[in-house]
Amino acid sequence: MSSSENKLQNNTLLATIKKIVSKQVFIPIAALLILVIFNLAADPSFFKISVDKSSSGDPIMSGFLVTILDNASELAILAIGMTLVTSASGGQDISVGSAIAIAGSVMLRVVCGTSARPESLHAPIIVAFLVCVLVSMAFGAFNGVLVSYCKIQPMVATLILFTAGRSIASWINNNQLPVVSDPKFGYYGNFIPGIPVPTPIFIAAICMIVIALILKFTNLRLYSQAVGINPHSSRLNGINPQLVKLLTFVILGACVAVAGFIKVSRLSTINYAVIAKDIEMDVILAVALGGNSLSGGKFSMTSSILGAYVIQFLTTTLIKFKVSANAIAAYKAVVVIILVVMSAPIVREKLGSLKKKVLSRKTVKEVA
Amino acid sequence: MCGAATHRAAHLFFKKGWKGANTMENSVVLEMRGICKYFPGVRALENVDFTLRSGEIHALMGENGAGKSTLIKVLTGVYPKDEGSISLEGQEAHIRSPQDAQNVGISTVYQEITLCPNLTVAENMYIGRTHGPLTNWRKINRDAGKILSELGIPARATQQLGSCSIAVQQMVAIARAVDMDCKVLILDEPTSSLDEQEVSKLFKLMRSLREKGVGIIFVTHFLEQVYEVCDRITVLRDGKLVGEYVIEDLPRVKLVSKMLGKDFDDMAEIKSEEDVEKIEYNSTPVYEAKSLSGTTGIQPFNFVIHKGEVNGFTGLLGSGRSECVRAIFGADKVNGGKVFVNGRKVRIRKPLHAMKNGISYLPEDRKRDGIVGDLSVRDNIILALQVMKGFFHPISRAQAEKYADEYIKLLSIKTASSDTPIKSLSGGNQQKVILARWLLANPVYLILDEPTRGIDIGTKVEIQKLVLKLASEGKSVTFISSELDEMIRTCSRLVVMRDGKVVGELRGADLNQNTIMATIAGGES
Amino acid sequence: MLSMSINTSAEKQLKKRAGITDTNLLLFITITVFFIMYACAVIFLKKGFTKPQSFLNILNENAALIILSCGMSLVMITGGIDISVGQVTTLICMSCAVLLDRHNGNVLEALLLALGIGLFFGLVQGFLVAYMDIQPFIVTLAGLFFAKGMTTIVNETQFNVENAAFKKLKSTRIKVPYLGSVNKLGKYIPAYIEIGVLVAISVVIILFIVLRWTRLGRNFYAVGGNNQSANMLGINVRRTKFMAHLLCGLLAGIGGFVYFMHVGSGSTSHAQGAEMNAIASSIIGGTMLTGGVGNIIGTFFGVLSLSTIKNIVSSLGLDQAWWTNITVAAMLCVFLLVQSVLLARKHSKKVKKVKKVKNQVSEDSSEASG
Repeated sequence: MSSSENKLQNNTLLATIKKIVSKQVFIPIAALLILVIFNLAADPSFFKISVDKSSSGDPIMSGFLVTILDNASELAILAIGMTLVTSASGGQDISVGSAIAIAGSVMLRVVCGTSARPESLHAPIIVAFLVCVLVSMAFGAFNGVLVSYCKIQPMVATLILFTAGRSIASWINNNQLPVVSDPKFGYYGNFIPGIPVPTPIFIAAICMIVIALILKFTNLRLYSQAVGINPHSSRLNGINPQLVKLLTFVILGACVAVAGFIKVSRLSTINYAVIAKDIEMDVILAVALGGNSLSGGKFSMTSSILGAYVIQFLTTTLIKFKVSANAIAAYKAVVVIILVVMSAPIVREKLGSLKKKVLSRKTVKEVA
Repeated sequence: MCGAATHRAAHLFFKKGWKGANTMENSVVLEMRGICKYFPGVRALENVDFTLRSGEIHALMGENGAGKSTLIKVLTGVYPKDEGSISLEGQEAHIRSPQDAQNVGISTVYQEITLCPNLTVAENMYIGRTHGPLTNWRKINRDAGKILSELGIPARATQQLGSCSIAVQQMVAIARAVDMDCKVLILDEPTSSLDEQEVSKLFKLMRSLREKGVGIIFVTHFLEQVYEVCDRITVLRDGKLVGEYVIEDLPRVKLVSKMLGKDFDDMAEIKSEEDVEKIEYNSTPVYEAKSLSGTTGIQPFNFVIHKGEVNGFTGLLGSGRSECVRAIFGADKVNGGKVFVNGRKVRIRKPLHAMKNGISYLPEDRKRDGIVGDLSVRDNIILALQVMKGFFHPISRAQAEKYADEYIKLLSIKTASSDTPIKSLSGGNQQKVILARWLLANPVYLILDEPTRGIDIGTKVEIQKLVLKLASEGKSVTFISSELDEMIRTCSRLVVMRDGKVVGELRGADLNQNTIMATIAGGES
Repeated sequence: MLSMSINTSAEKQLKKRAGITDTNLLLFITITVFFIMYACAVIFLKKGFTKPQSFLNILNENAALIILSCGMSLVMITGGIDISVGQVTTLICMSCAVLLDRHNGNVLEALLLALGIGLFFGLVQGFLVAYMDIQPFIVTLAGLFFAKGMTTIVNETQFNVENAAFKKLKSTRIKVPYLGSVNKLGKYIPAYIEIGVLVAISVVIILFIVLRWTRLGRNFYAVGGNNQSANMLGINVRRTKFMAHLLCGLLAGIGGFVYFMHVGSGSTSHAQGAEMNAIASSIIGGTMLTGGVGNIIGTFFGVLSLSTIKNIVSSLGLDQAWWTNITVAAMLCVFLLVQSVLLARKHSKKVKKVKKVKNQVSEDSSEASG
């Protein structure tokens, strides 16, 4: 009797485990757990957070966890837009890195005017930010129009801006590298005096709240999923698939503007060739790691954002282990492949049947 | 080898006790025994036997979800079987892939076109089965041209397949199978996209293949066609074998009852005459189009529908019947004409306009235009209503759940839960979900384009009853079906189309097969 | 000259086939545009375009890119994509350089190493894409990262290879008869090409034959057109996809070595953006990312068009770095638009035509029956 009870318990336990595993959020969380356990085993001091004094005497938090949260901000913000674009258009925008260069360049151009090293701000930061958002959304719309109205595959359409973006960015500032001397400009990418938490974390949080509200109070989720899965059917149900795709690209444009703002604010200057380099790869990985199908359709925003933090966690872990910044890519690639292989349907099926076999053997034994 | 086959046939003969010695003349070419196939949570096939003799046309019948397609896919190596054995001409055959199936002489023409649209017609006929590493273009073009002209298929060998009509593509697929000297030819719903002439051409072809000794498995939903060409019928129900019958022994009514597993109540009576008389033809019509024209090759046409009326568009495939209703709904580009809804002039240029004016449209191609595959049944049901409410007014989860449950119950949709993705439902249930979507949108005028295509008889009957019920509740319905008797049963008025033009309008006593056929064929005949 | 003959044969084919396929239509556009562009350059910007050698220099500069683009086209025809080829080239350059200079390797070993690296990437990526059903974009993205990281692990700094045998190979020039020119001093300077160009041209010819006539090549098109259909038609889809990636990897190996022969050094910044150039060339050459449509000859002309436009821009005096990229992007944009518009129009016309034909047919047969 006790054994049967045991079995029943086992079964319900298995069922709950199965339920958890089948949830999409499980993939990034599992990846995160593996990384956390690895770091705990290797060096528990990884998780230490201390409060130091900055050069100006204000308290700032430091530690690897803070760095991760801080540095992943841009990634998380971009992941929001990329998830929507992926869902609606079934492709990815590979121009986000270049677009960030443009956004940053526009930002500095407005703030600094024509001189490379202005004494004071040429325009209020908020004005510069708004201009930057508008320009980024316009470039997003450019990509969006190519994808939706010209019916070009997203990867290829955004290849155009990917190729030209950094060149356009340096063209905007006439190839100068303006430096902003006003410390206020740096608040948004670093610390606001008196607040020990890095500002980008707040900005990312605001973005997440905004997107959560948008998803709650509009039909963005349903529309982009429907369009991504079956554009013909969506059209016959009164949705305008082109407009929805365009909208997702414009939203990604806004995300790019915010990320670009954080990026230039961190350094108070810009380097067109280096800023946000390869970030498009990280963002796409974040979306994939979140278990979203890269060919469009259903998506989980939470998973994507978590995915972004996992990617940054991985990067920081590797840096901590003295892997040279350039070589990190190789390790990341291996980890990503392992994760993707693990979550591939074929492998899951095989593992499932293996598990079944083991279980059936067990029950046979029990019966015996 | 041959001996073994005869032995088995003899064994079967005694086991099942068939009548008629003539069945013994033909040797068994294919024998499937005890086939089982499981999908997660579903028993798709359970211990199914199937026997095919050479030189016979064998119908495989059953409702949607009965396991016909699964059996075919097991036979052709698309799915691996879980249990059972397949033997070909008495020899055990191990079929693990479509390639294997081709190699042992089993060719298939599927319901959906399974050719490559980017290749030429000739290449589609020969790819995957040429010998030698190099392609001899001249030879395959010449050979293909010969076969095409032999079978009377209106296509050039060097034409890109994607530029052919669906019917021609289907025929190319058959031509490919025919050319492969197959022992077993499987035709999985080949006639669903062909018009009558094309169907009779196909039947001619099937008969001549039968003469040559090919065993043909014919899967279809059209009962008439079964009785026209088939020799034998195997019926499946819920993944189990119901039985194998010689066609003379199984009248239609019996066949239908075998398929449904219950006695079939006669459909002829479902339309009550009083309802038709209630329609006030003098009142303001619910919808009226004056010289409406579209860019899809239809002539400007006038159209009127009244409250509580069920009417239909009929005509051959490609006559413009679907294009007309698509123009009414704004699904294709409309470039002229006036439209009145309840006497008020409105502008319908895209589906949303039509929906806002209380028009619903159930499209012809369910897979392409109807379902949103990966979304749940619930999301699929609320989709139209949601869009009408607008981007900034999402339906709450609880409300959506309520709507979904209501309609799942109302239309008795078979689904595990409202969370199940619609693509995992059977065709008939998918169609019901799409119907639910449009009913939920609460239209005054409902257009149903081929709602009964490719679904089982049970659901067909349900849908026709539903149409009449909706009409009696005061909704106007346009009902299109390629099966004339369905139209005659449900519609009180038929608009007849030919070559993109409206050529006639029939009602009352004119609603019979002969008059309709004559109108479709044209005045001269 | 070679290109001319190919052009005319393509045109003949067009005439022979009344119903022109998508592949041929796009090929025709690409070739026409290239010739118009080059002719304009010769007429209006005489300097730097009239001499045969300037045309041959385009080949010399882009031999590696031609090979990489061919591999890319193969994968794109099957409906996939391989964005790792550029970084694999970088990795090959660095590894070969290190092997030759730091480990006293010989040229043959370097060549084998290059092919080995290429095949390794092709093998692994092909396996993951074909047999594990993982999206090619993700797999090759990881491949790109991996190659990038490995390059810096092999060596971080830039250096020139001093190996004598290799230097000799690198500086080998093949004279092209009849195309030389006479300089100001009246001295005859023969026109030349590098070894890489021969390799590239042989690759183009071999792949053209493979795609046009072999079973494997036709299977690529079938799989790209509709892989479920291809499966039903009895084609081993997984193996075909695997072969496409394997070949692409092998070509990345060959292309990598050709690039190495051209630059003769190892650096982490070599072949930057080569994958994007390869994709752009393939697209300009009429390969569709959706798969099933494309042609190697088109790809060849795609590379030539891309580099010609770059040369035109720089000889217009717009030599600031950004202009090149912006023009390339603009050209890509224009090509994509032209293609999408043309295809859309062609398809809508076809549909109407087919309908008309069909109506006629049905009328005929009804008359016959009546």
